[in-house]
Amino acid sequence: MIWLTWRQFRTQFIAVYALVAAACVWLAVTGPALARLARENDDVYDLLTSTDRLLFNGGIAVLAVAPAVIGIFWGAPLVARELETGTFRLAWNQSITRGRWLAAKLGFAVLATAVAVGILTTAVTWWAHPIDGATGNQHGSLASRLTPISFAMRGVVPVGYAVFALLLGTLIGLILRRSVPAMAVTLAIYVAVQIAVPLWVRPHLVPATTTTMVISHGTLDGINLHSSGTLTITTHASRGDWILSNRTIDARGHSAALPSWFSTCLPPPPGAGSPQDKAAATSTNGSLDGCLSRLADEGYRQRLVYQPRNHFWPLQWAETGLYLTASAVLAGLSFWWTRRRLS
Amino acid sequence: MSAVVTADGLGKRYRRRWALQDCTLEIPVGRVTGLVGPNGAGKTTLLGLVVGILTPTVGTIEVCGGRPAADSAQLAKVGFVAQDNPTYAGLTVADHLRLGAHLNPRWDDAAARRRIDRLHLDPRQRAGQLSGGQRAQLALTLGLAKRPELLILDEPVASLDPLARREFLQVLMEAVAEDEISVLLSSHVVSDLERVCDHVIVLVDSQVRIAGDVEDLLAGHHRLTGPRRDPATLPDDQDVVWASHTDRQSTYVVRTESPILDPAWSITALGLEDLVLAYMEGTAAGAPASPALEVLR
Repeated sequence: MIWLTWRQFRTQFIAVYALVAAACVWLAVTGPALARLARENDDVYDLLTSTDRLLFNGGIAVLAVAPAVIGIFWGAPLVARELETGTFRLAWNQSITRGRWLAAKLGFAVLATAVAVGILTTAVTWWAHPIDGATGNQHGSLASRLTPISFAMRGVVPVGYAVFALLLGTLIGLILRRSVPAMAVTLAIYVAVQIAVPLWVRPHLVPATTTTMVISHGTLDGINLHSSGTLTITTHASRGDWILSNRTIDARGHSAALPSWFSTCLPPPPGAGSPQDKAAATSTNGSLDGCLSRLADEGYRQRLVYQPRNHFWPLQWAETGLYLTASAVLAGLSFWWTRRRLS
Repeated sequence: MSAVVTADGLGKRYRRRWALQDCTLEIPVGRVTGLVGPNGAGKTTLLGLVVGILTPTVGTIEVCGGRPAADSAQLAKVGFVAQDNPTYAGLTVADHLRLGAHLNPRWDDAAARRRIDRLHLDPRQRAGQLSGGQRAQLALTLGLAKRPELLILDEPVASLDPLARREFLQVLMEAVAEDEISVLLSSHVVSDLERVCDHVIVLVDSQVRIAGDVEDLLAGHHRLTGPRRDPATLPDDQDVVWASHTDRQSTYVVRTESPILDPAWSITALGLEDLVLAYMEGTAAGAPASPALEVLR
């Protein structure tokens, strides 16, 4: 059965591994120079060439797409294709039970997927490590590896995503018995999951850290004027942390709006007009400090809920575990469906 | 007579529709059994149940002394050439033979290669590029090389032209003679089966109408033609299978064990095709469904 699976799979297998190998070569060639650059310069961001930035963002894009593509193009047709062409009737009458038939198919596909994506994510993680979260002196930055966009494309989670997408595709293909609709449905569900997890699940996988700080000239990051006319304050967080919430709380510890006097207390923002202005404290320093110390006196504090940067690996393993558990459930359902429902 | 397939009260329901109902039969070992019936009568469902691709909703079925597709040993006993002869379009003929060799412990590789050779199939050709007849032959080769005790073929010749049909059936019959296996094949074309089958099962509207040895069936059925007559006046031991009346004349197909003595009838023998058609039409026309369900012995 392994021979048959390999024979059916080999073209796609070779194509995918050739692409992975090509990507690895490219990263290996450019990686060491980049690492040296980052080691020798603090302001590495400003020294990056456009190719480097393209590779950085390209690495993110490839790792964002690869699991979905594998799930759709390997997973969905894995069984659905046999069902729609009728070849399952040939396969199921060889001297091998359909449970073993599915096990061989899934085992091979899962292994091939995990290894391919594993190589890719290792290479990208290694390549991007020196410049993750690099910020420029003036403006611009690269995403740090704990931000939702980068987190999903670093470390081990892409392997979890890919295996999940593959098994999701297989199960949907089994249920729908048609490759193309199965691909579409798999993509839709996968994207929904990929949006839902960082929003509602990932922040709680590892207990977040909460700190409360006095709002002062030193901690203030920005004062934002929203289109509704309300003002909010954000304070600095250390680089690389994933901020889940950055809110002002009142003396009783409840999150609260800024007091009404605050907006009149503030000096006029330079270049007034744009709604997202940062109150750059320059010549009017004194009065801003006055406003902030009055805020502090009245008991207002800023509460920061965040995942510190050293939670990267715990979060990675936790999320990978979550996806692999879901994958195991999907695999179990596939076996059940093959034995019970397809007869 | 031992049975290769024993079904008891077998039924298969898809959602609310019964594809096969109340099927009780025995298929004798070492014979070529034809399963005939119109399209949608439940032939594929019955074969699926015998192979074990389907599981029965009610009733039991035993094939070669075990539950169909229960384990790999059971699977090895039954060969199956499914409808439309499915093959992997992207795999070559040689790949299919390797597939069979890898997946079947009793695989007869030499015989499979000999057969492919004799059929003038190019081992390097992809199955997707074969003609319908060649693909059918390839599927048959896979089924035979597995060396099963029972070979099942579902409408094997339906998509073939008359010449390819004849060739296919010829190859099948040679193989059966060589290997002494039991064969169960379905068709909605009776003339295909007439040449090869010695046992027949007629399936109409999800139910078995009649099953028996071809010789016995032909000996036990007669076409009676004579002056118009009410079926109720026929002797008790003559079961009406099919009837047709004009103003002055009646034609009956009856089943009986005893000789027909009434001199008013002119009696003609039936061919298998006539007999099967009589059963199919008889039910379609809503004729008195005589209790013809039990197996004729």
